[in-house]
Amino acid sequence: MSRGRIALLLALVALALVPVLAGKFYVDLFAKIMIMAVFAMSLDLLVGVTGLVSLGHAAFFGVAGYAIVLSAGDPYAAVSLWTSLPLAVAASALLALAIGALALRTRGVYFIMVTLAFSQMVYFVFHDTKIAGGSDGTYIYVKPVARIGTWAPFSLEDGKHFYYVVLALLILTFVLLRALLASRFGHALRGIRSNEQRMRALGFNTYAYKLAAFAIAGAVAGLAGYFAAIQFGFVNPEMLAWHQSANVLLMLILGGLGNLVGAITGAFAFVLLQDGFESLTKHWLVLMGAFVIAAVMLLPGGLTRAGDAWRAWRERAGDA
Amino acid sequence: MPEAILAARELTRRFGGLFAVDRVSIEVESGQIHALIGPNGAGKSTLINLLAGELASSAGSISFRGSPLPPASPERMARLGVGRTFQRSNVFLELSAFENCRLAAQARTPRAWAVHERAALCRASNDGAAKALTLVGLGSRGSVLARALSHGERRALEIAMCLATQPCVLLLDEPLAGMDAAESGRMLELLRQLKHDRGILLVEHDMDAVFAVADVITVMVNGAVLASGPPGAVRSDKLVRDAYLGDAV
Amino acid sequence: MDVQTFLIQVLNSVQYGLLLFLVASGLTLIFGIMGVINLAHGSFYMLGAYAAFVLSGLTGSLFGAIALGVPLAVAFGYLLEWAFFSFLYRRDHLQQVLLTYGLILVFEQLRSIAVGDDVHGVPVPAALSASIPLGTTMSYPVYNLFVSCACLAVAALLFVLLRRTRLGMRIRAGASNREMTRSLGIDIELLFRVVFALGVALAAFAGMVNAPASSVYPGMGNQVLIVCFVVVVIGGIGSVTGALVAALLIGFIDTFGKVFLPDYSGILLYLLMAVVLVWRPEGLFREGAV
Repeated sequence: MSRGRIALLLALVALALVPVLAGKFYVDLFAKIMIMAVFAMSLDLLVGVTGLVSLGHAAFFGVAGYAIVLSAGDPYAAVSLWTSLPLAVAASALLALAIGALALRTRGVYFIMVTLAFSQMVYFVFHDTKIAGGSDGTYIYVKPVARIGTWAPFSLEDGKHFYYVVLALLILTFVLLRALLASRFGHALRGIRSNEQRMRALGFNTYAYKLAAFAIAGAVAGLAGYFAAIQFGFVNPEMLAWHQSANVLLMLILGGLGNLVGAITGAFAFVLLQDGFESLTKHWLVLMGAFVIAAVMLLPGGLTRAGDAWRAWRERAGDA
Repeated sequence: MPEAILAARELTRRFGGLFAVDRVSIEVESGQIHALIGPNGAGKSTLINLLAGELASSAGSISFRGSPLPPASPERMARLGVGRTFQRSNVFLELSAFENCRLAAQARTPRAWAVHERAALCRASNDGAAKALTLVGLGSRGSVLARALSHGERRALEIAMCLATQPCVLLLDEPLAGMDAAESGRMLELLRQLKHDRGILLVEHDMDAVFAVADVITVMVNGAVLASGPPGAVRSDKLVRDAYLGDAV
Repeated sequence: MDVQTFLIQVLNSVQYGLLLFLVASGLTLIFGIMGVINLAHGSFYMLGAYAAFVLSGLTGSLFGAIALGVPLAVAFGYLLEWAFFSFLYRRDHLQQVLLTYGLILVFEQLRSIAVGDDVHGVPVPAALSASIPLGTTMSYPVYNLFVSCACLAVAALLFVLLRRTRLGMRIRAGASNREMTRSLGIDIELLFRVVFALGVALAAFAGMVNAPASSVYPGMGNQVLIVCFVVVVIGGIGSVTGALVAALLIGFIDTFGKVFLPDYSGILLYLLMAVVLVWRPEGLFREGAV
């Protein structure tokens, strides 16, 4: 088995052991990181695989949370996980389809700006109107229930159950997205990133492929957003803010683009760094800003390629 | 009677006040190699781009097998069977030669949306890629990264990718550029083989190659057609000699 | 709606539109000529406003603040391009986005450390503090008219610069074809630096001149940034004329939208963008159609 595979398996075992070995703080923290990792993987499908730099991905993340709140008539009643989750994911997917259909009519710099603008529009819809509490947001008092008939396989209210559900989600998403990338569809997406003009000249309807990728990425982001909202117990427009979109892009550049593992690594690195900076100073954002600049300048391939960069640097230093 | 697969009538393309292509009528017939020659800036590449659907025309029409085409996109032309190569090698640099061709072959495989099937295992694409690479002489270079291929090999890869899509018309933009004598010879022989089932429109500057292989030659100058006909007639045409060929041929 | 209210809204629309134009014109030139996406552009507007606050406190006059502030902004832009942005040209869009995002965070926090997070007012110069009465109950502040006139004057100067001077010609050439311009022997590095400094100065000036009217508050840069993106998308990248048309359009839609549909006014400009994208994805004016 390759070194990478072994590392992955070890990481998996470590993650599975967290609730057994660590206390509530770490269980909650790692659950949060894993949710962000799913979010980052969804964006990696767009940025790393298809070459579409979207600055509005948080819209699909946040909408899923709002779907829970808006579909539950009574805020104190428990909704069923099995109905509210597909609903939330569908909401994100449809929004992604709608925004993508328009945004993908543009390219390059335009596309980045348009995705940002549309996600701002979604932000304003929830911020300026009275929907779901407006700028104050709404609480999710009761977490969705996973009951089928009289059997309840797990309870999302239990921190450890929640953790394992999220871990399962992470693994499932990773495996399914990997399979997608290995399919003809995935290969075509990579071709589009590499040379879209060539792909069109070969007969690929690149607009359709990009739109499909955009919708899938939106749906997976919704998946992450659903669980984020549940863990947080609260939805507010800040989940849709463009800072959230920029953060998840940053996770990708930290971890490395295009192979999904980088997305997971980046999510870990980012959340841990953010917590670290926050504990240092009130003005931690300036540390984050400086860090972002340094990371982009020095680590063009992200942490997963850091090994290569290190080796290359040493080779150069050895020649000198 | 050879039929015209791809035909343009009074095709025009303006850029502001400049007529890059000026009322050009041209036909590509199956079983023929139709060479397009002319000085630099004559509009040959622009014409290829128009025929390939890459550029929209300002006036005139393009028809495929007799039926006029609406303003087409590159992917629609490619699906009809019009394949093209680019003047500057336009391949997927991070993929191997084989992967390049397999991706090209994939464009024609049905059920592209079957996401559970691994692309690497797709028999149709793999076979199509292997066949295309062998045809252009790159059979043994399949695993080499496109970035690592020599210039001439990249030109050959360009053509292999085009062939992998099983086109009925080939629009080739200076395929021999940068090839040495042996590679050129091989390519010309390939073109002679390929023309039996297809129409080929060939833009080239290598006059020896053109006169060796073409069945019909069209000369373009300043965006317009100066002369068109069998090689012998074009070679001896006074207008053509004055404008382009001089006494070289 | 009576005539006076209508007139006031029209004047507000024009003021907002012209301010947007000043900020967006720099953005579109930087995009069009250098191909760099700069998220920090809104920060220049914010920094201009805060500079007006600080400098008018020091000099005791807004005009003094502007007289000091604009050269400072030019110098700042020049230095920033030299020290930082010149590295961005070779980077891909994702890296540019993140690098300039990091810059926003740094600017915001430095400002927070230096001046704090409070909302501040900037006093209107006494000479312009009157109001023009309109009808019996309403009036329009003279200062707001001044802002519009100042922006109009700067806009006119910008068009003269672009259409009638050698520098303007080079800028337009750079906007339509960078490689060609370089091969003509024009010092592209210097041109970029000048264009960038110009963009920073325009945005900062807009922030300075509007500070008394809008107050000075932490989120103002980001707000203006995204609206300017919409202006550039609608107007067409690289087109200053497009930026003017789009900015005025948005000025009107936003202002009148607040009157008629207060809850939804925030999303109107995005709907406009959606319409333009369906009809003309490259924007209303072509690149380089300066």
